[in-house]
Amino acid sequence: MSSDKALISLRDVDKFYGDYHALRDVSLDIFPGEFFSLLGPSGCGKTTLLRTIAGFEDVSSGTLSIGGQDMAGVAANRRPTNMVFQSYAIFPHLTVAENVGFGLRRSNYSRGERHARVSDALEMVGLGGYGKRAAHALSGGQRQRVALARALILKPKVLLLDEPLSALDKKLREQMQVELIRLQRQVGITFVLVTHDQEEALIMSDRIAVMFEGRIAQLEEPEALYQRPGSRQVAEFIGVMNFLGAHVISNEGNALELDVAGLGHAVIGRDQCPGGPVSGMCHVGIRPETMTLLFEDRGDGPVADGVVDEVVYYGDMTYYDIKLDGVPKPITLSMKNMIGRPVLDIGTRTKVGWDPRALVAFS
Amino acid sequence: MSGPRKPRGLTVYAIAYLIFLYAPIILLPMFAFNASTIIAFPLQGFTTEWFVRLTGVQALHTAVRTSLFIAVVSAILATILGMCAARAGTRYEFPGKGGILGLIMLPLVLPEIIVAVSLLVVVVQILQFPLSAWTVIMAHTLICTPFCIAILNSSFQNLDASLEEAAIDLGESRWNAFRLVTLPLVTPGIIASLLISFTISLDEFIIAFFLTGSEPTLPVYIWGLLRFPQQLPVVMALGTILVALSILLLIVAEYFRRRGVRRAGKTETGGFL
Ligand SMILES: Nc1ncnc2c1ncn2[C@@H]1O[C@H](COP(=O)(O)OP(=O)(O)OP(=O)(O)O)[C@@H](O)[C@H]1O
Ligand SMILES: [Mg+2]
Repeated sequence: MSSDKALISLRDVDKFYGDYHALRDVSLDIFPGEFFSLLGPSGCGKTTLLRTIAGFEDVSSGTLSIGGQDMAGVAANRRPTNMVFQSYAIFPHLTVAENVGFGLRRSNYSRGERHARVSDALEMVGLGGYGKRAAHALSGGQRQRVALARALILKPKVLLLDEPLSALDKKLREQMQVELIRLQRQVGITFVLVTHDQEEALIMSDRIAVMFEGRIAQLEEPEALYQRPGSRQVAEFIGVMNFLGAHVISNEGNALELDVAGLGHAVIGRDQCPGGPVSGMCHVGIRPETMTLLFEDRGDGPVADGVVDEVVYYGDMTYYDIKLDGVPKPITLSMKNMIGRPVLDIGTRTKVGWDPRALVAFS
Repeated sequence: MSGPRKPRGLTVYAIAYLIFLYAPIILLPMFAFNASTIIAFPLQGFTTEWFVRLTGVQALHTAVRTSLFIAVVSAILATILGMCAARAGTRYEFPGKGGILGLIMLPLVLPEIIVAVSLLVVVVQILQFPLSAWTVIMAHTLICTPFCIAILNSSFQNLDASLEEAAIDLGESRWNAFRLVTLPLVTPGIIASLLISFTISLDEFIIAFFLTGSEPTLPVYIWGLLRFPQQLPVVMALGTILVALSILLLIVAEYFRRRGVRRAGKTETGGFL
């Protein structure tokens, strides 16, 4: 790890609330200009980690540095970070412009300059002309934009965002995801985003740290994280993954020969064991979209047999639960709906095409 | 939508209760404007003489000044203490928190005569302070503080803790964050607390009676007047003014408290009115 280039660097950070061990041995580097996400289920310590970086919580042990400077004893108001709070924390007694300009109070700008910068910031988040509105009368989406403008106006090195989109409805959330990415590219500031929504993390991030119970389980780019999850736990948290029992037949050089329940014989590469070497009995994971139902055409890859157990129609996709022969628990696969492609009925016998390159094995 | 039929008994009870509670207070202005020195029905005619007579009594003016001074100082002290307690109670966790906060609220339910006697013992016997307006101020601060805490708790509780953090995050010091964000948002609560404790102190009799020095407060002065039957209508007039003033202050206080709740963007969570 080239920690000398890192903007934020945590080393062996632990955090206790009384007896409760909220952060466990967290080490990570966040690089300048990165869109970095902390992803994990509720209560895993994402907010705690973010607040530690912001300076609202002390570390119990370990070190945190920002821009190469140790942050021990540096108060939150002296750190080069700004935060968008989960509740947005818009000051209800001030106008939109006063909220956005709040951080400029301590600067030496003239009134005119301040006014111009507030206008620019509001323009940037698409709230041009809203300056005179009372802040408590804004909608959820507008509050979120005000909170963004207020944090970005100080040009921090790092913008910390605590589940900024979780309070918005689905449509607005998807729109804001795109806007946040655009904004981040435009200002070039490092974003650290906390989210429990794996889809959001995959869409927005350059890199994702997956957290469970105060520990970082895996830190990867979205694609690698999705395709090569480092453990069953990560695989199950990110997207849908089917698991099948398997055992290792032979283990030579760079290849692993497996016998997978329901699928049969498979040869995979060593890079398909992201959680470490496997031997003997193991589990094999496979994503729904890497398998296909074979209608009349027989593909050239390996084929498994099964019975349709459940059908869920999504419009653009159909999800099938298939009971493979010899495997009691059905696996899920997804098919893109196309003109002329039928939706199968429950109970239909079918053939499933799969690709050994899509398998991941865990011990 | 039609609710269940109201039980008759409860309605009768409520009306009886209200009559019992407010009839004496309604009698006060009736006799204050009655043109007779004897407090009895039938009423004799309308007069404002008793009010006019109030303006000429020097001792009364001194008592009013003493009472106002005590009420203002007690209200300020009690509100400051109330703010500290409300903030500690809503923002921080500390061992024995529930017990300590319960203890602070205790004067609310203690009989005033007990408070008065024990304070007298402490002040005179143990501390050996001479009795003065300041001893009354001490005692009034003590009995007003629980009310202030109750009011200010609702103001502070309605504040999102991240508001102050947001101000700190934007570069302000802790104190400035409090001053610029929290204080404006709890100001209505502070005003309500000042007005309520001012009213309580102004009306309070027993403690003032025990602890006052050579300068009586207004209620103590009124008590003294009661020895002279011919002064009774004057007392009625004075009482009328005090009741009107108290009700007015209470309404203003509640208005500010509600405004505070609304300003913090929250819904109603109790209060006195
Ligand atoms: N001030 C505190 N005192 C004691 N425990 C705390 C405190 N703050 C957080 N915790 C505990 O630490 C754990 C992690 O909390 P944190 O807020 O970081 O979770 P999170 O990952 O942000 O969850 P969510 O997605 O629900 O926001 C939780 O179990 C929580 O109860
Ligand atoms: Mg959180």
